[in-house]
Amino acid sequence: METIWFVLWGVLWAAYFVLDGYDLGAGVLMPFIARDEADRKKIYNAIGPFWDGNEVWLIVAGGVTFAAFPGTYATMFSALYSVLMLILFALILRGAGLALREEAEKQSHRAFWDWFFIIGSFIAALLLGVAFANFFKGIPIDAEGIFHGNLFTLLNPYGLAGGLLFLTFFLTHGAIWLTFKTEGELHDKAMNYAGRLWVILVVLSVIFLIATAFATDIYRNYLNSPVLFVLPLLAVAGLLLTGIYIKQVDWKKAWFASAGYFFFVTLFGVVGMYPALLPSSLNPAFSRTIHNSASSPLTLKIMLVVALIFVPLAIIYQAWAYKVFSGKVGGEHSGYHEGV
Amino acid sequence: MDVLLLSRLQFALATFFHFLFVPLTLGLSVLLAYMEWKYVKTGDKEYLRMVKFWGRLFVINFAIGIVTGITLEFQFGTNWSRYSEYVGDIFGSLLAIEATVAFFVESTFIGVWIFGWKRLSKKMHAWCITIVAIASNVSAYWILAANAWMQHPVGYTIRNGRAELTDFLAVITQKGAIMAFMHTVSAAFILAGFFVMGVSAYHLLKKQHISFFTRSFSIALTFALVFSIFEVVQGHFNGNMIAEIQPAKLAAADAHWETQTNAPQALFVIPDEKNERNLVELIKIPGMLSMLAFNNPNAEVKGLLDFPRDERPPVLITFVAFRTMVGLGFLFPMLTIIGFLIRKKLREYPLYLKVMLFAIPLPYIAIELGWTVAEVGRQPWIVYGIMKTADAVSPIALSQVVTSFFGFLVLYTVLGIANFTLLVKLARKGPDILEGVTEKREVTV
Repeated sequence: METIWFVLWGVLWAAYFVLDGYDLGAGVLMPFIARDEADRKKIYNAIGPFWDGNEVWLIVAGGVTFAAFPGTYATMFSALYSVLMLILFALILRGAGLALREEAEKQSHRAFWDWFFIIGSFIAALLLGVAFANFFKGIPIDAEGIFHGNLFTLLNPYGLAGGLLFLTFFLTHGAIWLTFKTEGELHDKAMNYAGRLWVILVVLSVIFLIATAFATDIYRNYLNSPVLFVLPLLAVAGLLLTGIYIKQVDWKKAWFASAGYFFFVTLFGVVGMYPALLPSSLNPAFSRTIHNSASSPLTLKIMLVVALIFVPLAIIYQAWAYKVFSGKVGGEHSGYHEGV
Repeated sequence: MDVLLLSRLQFALATFFHFLFVPLTLGLSVLLAYMEWKYVKTGDKEYLRMVKFWGRLFVINFAIGIVTGITLEFQFGTNWSRYSEYVGDIFGSLLAIEATVAFFVESTFIGVWIFGWKRLSKKMHAWCITIVAIASNVSAYWILAANAWMQHPVGYTIRNGRAELTDFLAVITQKGAIMAFMHTVSAAFILAGFFVMGVSAYHLLKKQHISFFTRSFSIALTFALVFSIFEVVQGHFNGNMIAEIQPAKLAAADAHWETQTNAPQALFVIPDEKNERNLVELIKIPGMLSMLAFNNPNAEVKGLLDFPRDERPPVLITFVAFRTMVGLGFLFPMLTIIGFLIRKKLREYPLYLKVMLFAIPLPYIAIELGWTVAEVGRQPWIVYGIMKTADAVSPIALSQVVTSFFGFLVLYTVLGIANFTLLVKLARKGPDILEGVTEKREVTV
């Protein structure tokens, strides 16, 4: 049961990165590819109906950590206090920026809220990567779950490499999404970025895979049961397919391929940590694992029933929402600003 | 300043701020669903304009509510890690269920509703806001069940050094959860009703968009009337329940020091917490407190002196918050009953309209005070009777909490000012915003 929850836990985080990843990426790309208000409006329209639903995957992933592995939840978020607070602030900036830019009448006010959106997206993208790379590597927690370090402990080379990898993936994923959803000059710019970012993503992925061998224990599980190597292989396949579909200008497939790539990157790291959810770099005995941090069997059982019913349901109605808003977006006013 | 106090202040700040947005979402979504179905059924364009106008205010409010809610979920981990580890088996699962069952639905359908005007049939679009309204209120139930468990833990056993779930049904159907849900949701509905009435009153006073705002006012009035009367009655039973399960909170809320049968209620009281007595007690009604607490004038009401000092909640805060909330709670039905009596000729009573305009903040105050009674009144416990707040805090550095606290303070101040000036601006412009906005912008498609 704990193992089922471990996998579900990884899947939920992976789903969050894949979904919120493209809209955070689009946020960071905004200053680079939007030339005027109409372009910014297009970017807004391309993610507007979805970002909120995407962010809920974070709430669910966090909530499930709390429910299924309260010991991990407690240690993870108190140990990473500063990083997590920064991520939360960043997400507030992003959401508030998105909501309030639409209401600003003056260009200068709109620009102010746009920077909330851009900076929020950037910090969240980077720090989510820093946090997860540090999980893979292990963090200095003692037997009591007390963190022996500070914000800069986490900004080690491997943590930063993780941050860059996440950021670059979010950017690539966002560029593909914008290419898929827009037309005209913005489309062409986003397409150029997607191609170039993909190359950087390949380079960073190779570096990260190699660095992982040196900085972490992730590969141990894979060497013990080589069948697991299918996960990183699927990630590699996703990455290559992304490149191929970008070449073929098939943006829908490219988006799914890059989604698949990062889904398996996340699972690759998570499965490598098993049975730990939060490895300790001081002593493996201090790690928070599925054995010492899981909820009672009753809670796990109830939560499993809830998750197995409501998460697939959520996927269905979210897919429906994507279908409702299929097709290219323009730079027109939308939602509550299109008049009666 | 220590980590404990600052963490409590930070949580209070985050909760109070978040709860400035939640009740309007809960209540206004219901009103919007009603208006939109009216539009679908009658085809009357004025209802559509009402949905669009109130909807625009709703959307801004909703967005800030969402972004400030996320920080709450994670603060249990960041600042209250010992609490999280101790009760996560129960409390964590309620939060997770809330997100999976309700919040997912709410956030997905709100996006479809906001952007889907041209892409959905009228009916489908009305369904979207209906689903949002239902999901946000279902969401409230789970959160309140989690809070009710902190007030009155049930269905658990202490095992493996923590509280473990033994009876899920007992946790989610306990009386406290149902009562808190009724109390909070009614309060939210009153708030939304007063919000719509207040804004409408402003325009009626200005003699503009008469038909639009008369209609809005009367919908909101009916809604607020029903729930403000319900709230008074429900509030009484809520008090009975508190008397039974949290006697210390009841004693603090009434500044009741000595255990006595036939306990009186004084109308005017100044508590003197330091000397464990009341400085002033005027106009005592014999047996009234016993009556209110237990529906029996001879019942014994336990006083604060019978609780060890370190198990008493702060008296003054709880008392003042409780009294003010109750006072406001009686004011709301009075205002709505007056409104109901003059509903046909509202515009002949500018004074009433003025009062209603200035009454907009009152339900906000009442709601925040209600949470103050609930949470401060539970102290020193974080989970009543089984874990103290002081034992729940994370082993983290003070500098971290100082930084995050001021971060919150700055960010929330900016957001609060931006949000409320925006709401006021749009509300004052009235339905003109529906036409006005397109021309003002330079759009190249």
